[in-house]
Amino acid sequence: MSAPAMILPRQAVATSAAGPAPAQPFRLAAGGLVDRTATLDFTFDGRRYTGHPGDTLASALLANGVRLVGRSFKYHRPRGILSSGPEEPNALVELRSGARREPNTRATMAELFAGLEARSQNRWPSLRFDLMGVNQLVAPILAAGFYYKTFMWPAAFWETVYEPLIRRAAGLGRAAGEPDPDHYEKATLHCDVLVTGAGPAGLMAALAAARAGARVVLCEEDVRLGGRLLAERRTLDGLPAPDWLRGVEAELRAMPDCRILTRTTVFGAFDGACGAVERVSDHLATPPEFQPRQRLWRIVAGRQVLAAGSIERPLVFGGNDRPGIMLAGAVRSYLNRFGVAAGRRAVVFTNNDDAACTVADLAAAGVAVAALVDMRREVSPEIRRIAEAAGASLLTDAAVTRVRGRTALRGVEVTDGAGRRHALDCDLLAMSGGWSPSLHLASHHGGKAAWNEARATFLPPEQLPPGMAVAGAANGDLLLAECLAAGARAGAAAAQATGFRPAPPATPSVDGESTASAPFWWVRGGRGKAFVDFQNDVGVEDVALANREGFRSVEHLKRYTTLGMATDQGKTSNANGVALLAELSGRTIAGTGTTTFRPPYTPVAIGALAGHHRGKAFRPVRRTPTHDWAAEQGAVFVEAGPWLRAQYFPRPGESDWLETVTREARTVREAVGLCDVTTLGKIDIQGPDAATFLERVYINTWKALPVGRARYGVMLREDGMVMDDGTTARLAEDRFVMTTTTVNAVRVSQHLEFCHQWLWPELDVQMISVTEQWAQIAVAGPRSRAVLERVVDAPFDIGNDAFPHMACAALTVCGGIKARLFRLSFSGEMAYEIAVPARFGDALARRLMEAGAPFGITPYGTEALGVLRIEKGHVAGNELTGQTTAADLGLGRMMSRKKDFIGRAMAQRPGLTDPARPVLVGLRPVDRAARLRGGAHLLPRGAESTAAHDQGYLTSVAFSPALGHWIGLGLLVRGRERMGEIVRAHDPVRGGDLEVEVVPPVFVDPEGARLHV
Amino acid sequence: MRIACPFCGPRGSEEYTYLGDATVRRPEGDAPSEAWFAYVYLRDNPAGRHRELWYHGAGCRSWLVVERDMRSHDILSVAPARDMALARGRAA
Ligand SMILES: [Zn+2]
Repeated sequence: MSAPAMILPRQAVATSAAGPAPAQPFRLAAGGLVDRTATLDFTFDGRRYTGHPGDTLASALLANGVRLVGRSFKYHRPRGILSSGPEEPNALVELRSGARREPNTRATMAELFAGLEARSQNRWPSLRFDLMGVNQLVAPILAAGFYYKTFMWPAAFWETVYEPLIRRAAGLGRAAGEPDPDHYEKATLHCDVLVTGAGPAGLMAALAAARAGARVVLCEEDVRLGGRLLAERRTLDGLPAPDWLRGVEAELRAMPDCRILTRTTVFGAFDGACGAVERVSDHLATPPEFQPRQRLWRIVAGRQVLAAGSIERPLVFGGNDRPGIMLAGAVRSYLNRFGVAAGRRAVVFTNNDDAACTVADLAAAGVAVAALVDMRREVSPEIRRIAEAAGASLLTDAAVTRVRGRTALRGVEVTDGAGRRHALDCDLLAMSGGWSPSLHLASHHGGKAAWNEARATFLPPEQLPPGMAVAGAANGDLLLAECLAAGARAGAAAAQATGFRPAPPATPSVDGESTASAPFWWVRGGRGKAFVDFQNDVGVEDVALANREGFRSVEHLKRYTTLGMATDQGKTSNANGVALLAELSGRTIAGTGTTTFRPPYTPVAIGALAGHHRGKAFRPVRRTPTHDWAAEQGAVFVEAGPWLRAQYFPRPGESDWLETVTREARTVREAVGLCDVTTLGKIDIQGPDAATFLERVYINTWKALPVGRARYGVMLREDGMVMDDGTTARLAEDRFVMTTTTVNAVRVSQHLEFCHQWLWPELDVQMISVTEQWAQIAVAGPRSRAVLERVVDAPFDIGNDAFPHMACAALTVCGGIKARLFRLSFSGEMAYEIAVPARFGDALARRLMEAGAPFGITPYGTEALGVLRIEKGHVAGNELTGQTTAADLGLGRMMSRKKDFIGRAMAQRPGLTDPARPVLVGLRPVDRAARLRGGAHLLPRGAESTAAHDQGYLTSVAFSPALGHWIGLGLLVRGRERMGEIVRAHDPVRGGDLEVEVVPPVFVDPEGARLHV
Repeated sequence: MRIACPFCGPRGSEEYTYLGDATVRRPEGDAPSEAWFAYVYLRDNPAGRHRELWYHGAGCRSWLVVERDMRSHDILSVAPARDMALARGRAA
């Protein structure tokens, strides 16, 4: 029987003023789920074409007769479209242009939109005349393990020769090279039942669970619900599949607790949640306003049903990669869903009954079918009837042994069981090696897919991720009736397990079908290279070579040949590769096993994983209460831990930061300055046992500290190294406020909670961070008291007798604002720190500037703070490296011998009390004009500049305004015994080497007299 | 991974900070150095059930003792560390 020709004749249809785009010569006259009332323009490699809403780029290209869409990865062989789904290994294209250019997009998944720009990849200079195609001629040296064998030596060749060569020759697409202009967002969903896949099994699962009242999330990576039903001419409950699907979708959408996410791929089953990516705007030229390009979902489900369907396997025969050779199911998909004939004269090549549907569907659409080539010796009468009705000759016990055509298929040669050869003209070869379950997510918790001999396929592992059930084709059920029933059962069971009472689900009746299959994988003796993995250009001989060279574990095979790697992760190649290796190595497939499937199921854009956390929003910015004031003062800001702090305040006429910082530091020593120190961690510690608690976390003693006094404290880690330091003030008998360094604020807080909750739960003490509740400003310098007297409310006396160094008090400032005043000094000058509720911080800074104006007050930033503390030999982050002990830092005498505290025992270890440890010293250049560099290594004079002679390094350096030359702090082996010795500060990175003198670390006012005035 | 905080309910693991083994006990101050060395450095890595300390820093600031199967990441129990520490003290 020959069906009437239904393919549109070629005709020129003008679709825009810019010139005529060609018609769609392979679009069928009717049928499919595309909207023929609208036409979309798009370009491929600069040529203009048209398609319809509902098309994918792949279906639109096929409708236009475009067969050649890319070049293969290694040999640059011409490649066409193989599939119609996410498994596509060949048709990878670049979409869009400029900053939105996106490489390696599967044409089978890209929805067509007006103005879509697509380009082929991996060809130079053009797709049709690709010079790299000569790689085919040197194919023998590009065999398995080529990278490992060829690019081994010399190492220096890697960067200069090999890498650029490989990148040029074997790259996939090009990244945009510009920041992505679109937004991505992240969100979380909670539900009772997650259903992955909206094919027949998934829809029935969702229906069964939702009808029982469960909160259901149904994820479908396609834009439409239906799965394979969209691609087949099937009847359910007497309705054509599209009509049946409309009814199911309407029911699901009407249920308030059923959420349907289309264009959403569940890419990973993780511990406690699944990851999914929703392509919100990928089907549009640009995202609508306020919409992200993609949305990353974390889905927390009580139970989940994996109904991801299955993927058809190619057959392995010589030349099986020619454009025009496609999967038989994909051919049906293009016919029935998109109304596109993938060719004009077809041959169908199979080892199973399912491909006979392709024969029937092609014939029904008016495409000539030259032959049905079946590898099996016997086929059923039904298959014979289908072939006969299609006018196709049936060749059994036969295989394609030769392929004609280079950039497009022109014909095949078939050899039958009797050795007879049949030459057949065709431009389309539909092949089917059977279907493999999409069980990837079922293996994401480490369960290994298991080979099922009866079904000749890998099935999901017994050990599934917790709460997961697999249903339908993903579980190896290939018959529609099985899929529907299994889906309904799985959905009901999931609802039951999450506390609902599902009714026994009814399943629709369907028309007859057969999916019988025989395990034939590979055609021996054919002409040309037979590919197993199209994307990685891995052929039969590569697997054979790997086997000969001993790479017989599937995991080794994968790494050695790259089979199953790259963006498609072997979706179409895995089963064939394993079967081939099993046969070559004389093992069973079950004994050979399969590689482990890991997330993600399909590639996920880094942008989706990053979400909004990029650029300025990479992490939250914390600003101090005086930030705006500091900005008005012209401050330059620096990141300090999570905070932005004022680094220095340049003034007009100052030539560089050093001049500014020197002026700020000198002003503090000579007059007065103010500095926001809010970022230091503040922890409020209360309770009858508060002092006891501090005794245990600090190395020094606290019980005797009077109320109204503060003390410097050092805390260790349990291993004996210094963890943090700061001053802690006693506000009341049972109340302290601790300060920590800026960067350790969170860590110390967590540590204190650990000590209390886990080590000493019997202590009656509570603590909470109040860092953000209080703005704190240091006022330092000989005129600091004069400034504060204008701010502190009367009658509070801040004179030296009433309020000496290390005093603290609660009082009011600026006419009734509650405040805490501490007489603390990091600079070595008479100094105060004043804390007010955070909302008054800005006002306080302004008031202090006003009050200090007559005394020449200056704001100073973290740089001047650093200079002042280095002059005083105070340690800071550069010295608290996690590798220094209290003794190393000259604080060993603070360690109480009368009590236990965190780190005490381990601090006594021989290694930590070794007198040869590097300890804190001061260093100054012998040539006073020389500049010191932080990080320079300290070496003995006359010693060779090698690591063996390394005796320490400069931890902190500064230009000292007080001394008029550079000074430094450093850690030096036996430093305290070496005062006056000259050593070298060797700086191999910046090329410096100068002599420095070892001096005590306190450069300014070693007696501390300036503190007590 | 999700951990059911006894105070806050089930939350993603990114809200928590992991510390480690909850089966080691801090020695008394005068314990021999070997005991301290074991406490600070020596850890078992059982293939199976293990008790660990987690801190709910982005939640209620509780330290929790989480019993977890190291092979499957199944969480078998979660309890406030302070309650367990107090019970341990009573038992001692
Ligand atoms: Zn909590």
